[in-house]
Amino acid sequence: MVKRSGGDRTFDTVILVLLLAVGLFALVPLLIVVSASFTPYSEVLANGGYVLIPKKFTLEGYIAIWTQTRIPRAMLISTFVTVVGTALNMVLSTGLAWALSRKEMPGRTVILLALVFTTVFNAGIIPTYLIVKATGLLNSVWAMIIPGAVSVFNVFIMKTFFEGLPGELIESARLDGAGELRLLARIVFPLAVPVLLTIGLFYAVNNWNTFFAAIFYVRDTALQPLQVVLRDLLTTSIEAESSPDSVTPTVTLRMAAVVITALPMIVVYPFIQKHFQKGVLIGSVKS
Amino acid sequence: MSAETTLADSEQRVAATKQPPGRNRKKARGRNRLWAHIYRYRVLYLLMAPALAYVLVYKYGPLYGLLVAFKDYNLGLGILDSPWADPWYSHFAAFVTSPYAGQLIRNTLVISVYKLVFGTVAAIGVALLFNECRVRWFRRWVQTLSYMPHFLSWVVVYGVAVALLSQSTGYLNTFFRQTFGDTVPFLTSTEWFRTVLVTSDIWKDIGWGAIIYLAAMVGINPELYEAARMDGAGRVRQIWHITLPGIRNVIILLLVLKLGGILDAGFDQVFIFLNPLVLSVGDIIDTWVYRVGLVDLNYSVAAAAGLFKSIIGLVLMVTVNRMARRWDGQVW
Repeated sequence: MVKRSGGDRTFDTVILVLLLAVGLFALVPLLIVVSASFTPYSEVLANGGYVLIPKKFTLEGYIAIWTQTRIPRAMLISTFVTVVGTALNMVLSTGLAWALSRKEMPGRTVILLALVFTTVFNAGIIPTYLIVKATGLLNSVWAMIIPGAVSVFNVFIMKTFFEGLPGELIESARLDGAGELRLLARIVFPLAVPVLLTIGLFYAVNNWNTFFAAIFYVRDTALQPLQVVLRDLLTTSIEAESSPDSVTPTVTLRMAAVVITALPMIVVYPFIQKHFQKGVLIGSVKS
Repeated sequence: MSAETTLADSEQRVAATKQPPGRNRKKARGRNRLWAHIYRYRVLYLLMAPALAYVLVYKYGPLYGLLVAFKDYNLGLGILDSPWADPWYSHFAAFVTSPYAGQLIRNTLVISVYKLVFGTVAAIGVALLFNECRVRWFRRWVQTLSYMPHFLSWVVVYGVAVALLSQSTGYLNTFFRQTFGDTVPFLTSTEWFRTVLVTSDIWKDIGWGAIIYLAAMVGINPELYEAARMDGAGRVRQIWHITLPGIRNVIILLLVLKLGGILDAGFDQVFIFLNPLVLSVGDIIDTWVYRVGLVDLNYSVAAAAGLFKSIIGLVLMVTVNRMARRWDGQVW
């Protein structure tokens, strides 16, 4: 260990204090939401607003969600979009990325250029809406799945990873008479677990958080996903906010709904956390 | 990295020897060879066919849909049969000369630039803190915490904002009311709206944004720090003279990438936070396009505004990319 001067020790302390601030900056707002979701409405009323640490814990908000809101149904929709959507995302993206990682495949350059173009030029909201409409997806759950089926950025991350696999391994497998599909299943996938998990997480998060596709393409309230229903819950009284004394009876329920919506992400996150940093970096090195 | 490239090179060389240059052969035979070559990779083509079909329909299809920007689109007639706009640029003119255009473009740019500047500075700052921290376990904890908000949706972030900032029940305002007897309409006042947007954006992505800068910092040659220490440079001077210049290229690269999307400003976030009271400072091109196009069903003007935005984005991206290349090595 290098000997540290007094100035160095001060510097280290300052760094630690600032990092603590960063950690609290990320954590405290979330804790406040969780705490608010357990605060009895009567206590919010008595205090004139959310309290930091409630005297009594209640589940009234969480119970009200099931009986008073559209959230249970929206949860089913969001779960469907996440499960089916992510499966579709992964099948399409893996196929494309694997093919593009093979430098000797004829037509590769043209396809790569065509894909890069889609990342620098976007036709816009309206033309995309017209295509979604023309393909008959409006007002169906598929409108939240198919128009975003492939993220070119994610495909490039996977492609870069596949290109980094040892070529001898693939060559020898081929000499052993393994076809493309067996090669993928037996050799590539086991090696690619971290990148597949990372990309799977990215897609799953996007699907669970899907918002604009639902706003643009889905009018039927019975098909609205969690995010849209939650937004309706949160904004119903925003205009009433100009009169500071109005307290809607949904304040506890609202925060419970926020927690419910965020929960799957927060539960899954620590498990995949180890992997994604690597995935992000593979992608950025190449682009 | 170099091992990878040589590997790829040799692979390509192998492929090249397997397929001699076509012009030395008879034409017909060359074509046969090409087909044979393509046939050899048929499984690969099949594997990527669904994804390519998707890209063709939903990424290139909208280019055809762009026609409506040049037509007087009529829902009943469809894209092809709707009459051409007269003159062809009439919808663009309608957008550019409308009283909203100036305000929309200004709002979009201001929100974007604020987010870009403050977001980049904050991310670099946090990356520096991670890089300088010598207590590994503490650093890992803070990293884990600060990446988390990135995975939350904008609606959830809005929920967090309501919990903290709402004028009636928000935690901060409850505190203000009890302490000063007054409240601040963070979410509903034109003075605070952009600050709320930028702050919530930083909250969501500060840790996530730091990942790339941190990786670049880790890649800096340790000998440089050694030499600086020999010359008597303290930690702060090392940051200024070694760490920051060391990640200069990454900073420029990311700025270039983000400048291409400068007219995006983040539809989800702005749309969710927006309310009638703050329209004058918060309405951006995309939210306007949504309202005019999909709510008022005025497709042609909305599409024209969207195309206007996309073209500027493309031009910006190409220009900035060129400039960054020319200035390389002189910016810092």
